Amino acid sequence: MLSRTAADLFWLSRYLERAENTARMLDVAHSMAMMPAGRSAEQELAAPLRVTGTLGAFREQHARLTVAALYQYLAWDSTHPASIYSCLRVARENAHAVRGRITTEMWETLNATWLELNRMRSGRHPALKPFCDWVKERSHLWRGATVGTLARGDAFHFLRLGTFLERADNSARMLEVKQLDAAEEGSTLRDYYHWSALLQALGALESHQDAYLGRIDADTVAELLILRSDTPRSLRSCLEEINNTLSHIGGPQGRRAKGIARTLLTQLEFGSLAELRTAGLDRFLSDFLGTIDRIGSGIREEYLESA
Amino acid sequence: MSNVQPPHPGIPDEMLVDADTPRPAYRSYHAWLSRVAEQELRAKRSEAELLFQRVGITFALNGEDDGAERLIPFDFVPRIIPAGEWETLERGLRQRVAALNAFLGDIYGEQRILQAGLVPADLVLRNAQYQVAMHGLALPRSIYAHIAGIDLVRHSDGNYYVLEDNLRVPSGVSYMLENRRMMMRLFPELFAEHRVAPVEHYPNLLLRTLREASAVDDPNVVVLTPGRFNSAYFEHAFLARQMGVTLVEGQDLFVRGGFVHMRTTSGPRRVDVIYRRIDDAFLDPLAFRADSMLGVPGLLSVYRAGNVVLANAIGTGVADDKSMYPYVPEMVRFYLGEEPILRNVPTWCLRRPEDLAYVEEHLGELVVKEVHGAGGYGMLVGPAASGEEIAEFRGRIRRDPHNYIAQPTLSLSTCPTLVEEGIAPRHIDLRPFVLSGSTTRIVPGGLTRVALKRGSLVVNSSQGGGTKDTWVLAEDPRAEDGTC
Repeated sequence: MLSRTAADLFWLSRYLERAENTARMLDVAHSMAMMPAGRSAEQELAAPLRVTGTLGAFREQHARLTVAALYQYLAWDSTHPASIYSCLRVARENAHAVRGRITTEMWETLNATWLELNRMRSGRHPALKPFCDWVKERSHLWRGATVGTLARGDAFHFLRLGTFLERADNSARMLEVKQLDAAEEGSTLRDYYHWSALLQALGALESHQDAYLGRIDADTVAELLILRSDTPRSLRSCLEEINNTLSHIGGPQGRRAKGIARTLLTQLEFGSLAELRTAGLDRFLSDFLGTIDRIGSGIREEYLESA
Repeated sequence: MSNVQPPHPGIPDEMLVDADTPRPAYRSYHAWLSRVAEQELRAKRSEAELLFQRVGITFALNGEDDGAERLIPFDFVPRIIPAGEWETLERGLRQRVAALNAFLGDIYGEQRILQAGLVPADLVLRNAQYQVAMHGLALPRSIYAHIAGIDLVRHSDGNYYVLEDNLRVPSGVSYMLENRRMMMRLFPELFAEHRVAPVEHYPNLLLRTLREASAVDDPNVVVLTPGRFNSAYFEHAFLARQMGVTLVEGQDLFVRGGFVHMRTTSGPRRVDVIYRRIDDAFLDPLAFRADSMLGVPGLLSVYRAGNVVLANAIGTGVADDKSMYPYVPEMVRFYLGEEPILRNVPTWCLRRPEDLAYVEEHLGELVVKEVHGAGGYGMLVGPAASGEEIAEFRGRIRRDPHNYIAQPTLSLSTCPTLVEEGIAPRHIDLRPFVLSGSTTRIVPGGLTRVALKRGSLVVNSSQGGGTKDTWVLAEDPRAEDGTC
């Protein structure tokens, strides 16, 4: 596949995944801020900004951290490069550049998303919750069109790589922020909401319930989201997808990215929560993020800018 | 009582003989149209617009914040061509394109037609589109214009005339295909009632033609586009997708070791056939325009060595130039020994003294065009011009008669079209696409363009033109598809 095309596909799916993740975080922050048992509304609303490292940038533009201001900033602000609007715009531009390589159904799904987004933007914005649901739905639809219609060739593989690199990065960042929070918190009821919010944001509440039968604490959540391979947004399952996908891409390229990804996966496959805690979860997560970044630059240098 | 407005007097209408009488090919469609309420048709049109937006068949993406993109207006009243009429057109198209290809092979080779004195040598050799780089090159199968688009109009005498040959990078075929898809989606019942010859296999025929253009066994074919900001980008991506070949930009290609390669995720891969949708001047910054960011440095040297095929070849523009147009019937006679089947619009070449004399006498009735002009500039439309304008133009053609041709004012036929005032006659033309490979391939029909403004003869999409589906009726279903 053309290197330029591979790059467009890779970034296309990274930006779509980013839009979905932002919608998930925004949605949960919003419901948590309404919760009497939770922490202060302001703290909850700050969570998505801390995860994405944009709290400072937000404060420069908005005097107060309110639901309306957060919604405007994360969903609609076209000057904020990580807003849902900006992510979908870049994704759609990239799709336009590679529309010869994705299926008609994929293109139409994404193009319809973009047209609908602009229609909503020019009229009265929908309420926060229905909007987040809409973004998630459109993301599901895109994924369905991809899995259901795209041949399992390089186009498919580079799309998957983008998705799972972005997802691994996002999940780890959310864990990082929440772990720090956990040290400050005490109340059991608060803990419950704190952890279930994280699970909900990662779409993992139900799988957690099934796996731990009602018990919920820092350990069950960390184990589920870091080490289990049956949870779609856990770090381990993201790494499994990345490894798997890299092994399917033809040609001699990509040795460095493959090596780093394999080592990291092995660590997750054979590691235990107790070991991670001994070494320090914070330390583990920041190392993890660094490694994900190196896999990303390996992919960039060896596939996307090659020949 | 019909909801279709009557044709303009004196101008042939494709559907109607007079207010209430449809032509035979339109009988069934006309009956259907008369049953349907205009409101329903307008609803269908909104539906079509939504679908086109969604499919993204838009006319240039300008990257604006609101994502504004333009649609080429689509009109769902089809242009219907009876099978017999098409059969003649098709034979004429094959013949004309064969002669044009032979002409190109000749002027870049032996130049027999120049020696025979049938086409003035200076017209060819001093033409800006004549590419010296092509001289003495042997192309596979001697094909220069693999893809040709021939613009036809029907005049008030009822006959089709060739208005223009397009041998460089003719576009519009994606609209032909998408219009058909849209019609079948919106009006499936009409396709049950009419036996419309299919066009959907065009990308297959195109791929076959491109593969045959190369002597390589299993050639790697690519489509070369200027990029996503080009107004025809949709078509480039569409055709690449439909053919299952790679869509490349100049930056994706490079020349090494005497071959063209593309940059891929598994290293360089050789390219054998380039269906280029870039003009000659931008193909190779080393050979043509040095400021071209769209081309591939060194491409021409690989091409001249026969290690890559360009479709269409370089230098085809010399054969579709206005100054060459009057000589096409002569080319048919010279190369094929046949009488031309398709008519040329009678053209006076003002370089000939007797033509100049005639034109000077009749300036008020004629259209006078600059040989190399385009887009309606440097043109006199006699019937619409004032006495002063005519006098001024007379001076210009006397000073430089070589620079002008003249033609009678044509009245293009009309076809009923849904516009604000109802279903009213609007002028149309027709661009069939002719593919030349081991054999000549044409899908029945082509792109019908329509001038949406009342009385306007300008069908170009840049000036408010729209498009229609083109139906060639298949009398005999077994004979409709002999080439695929």
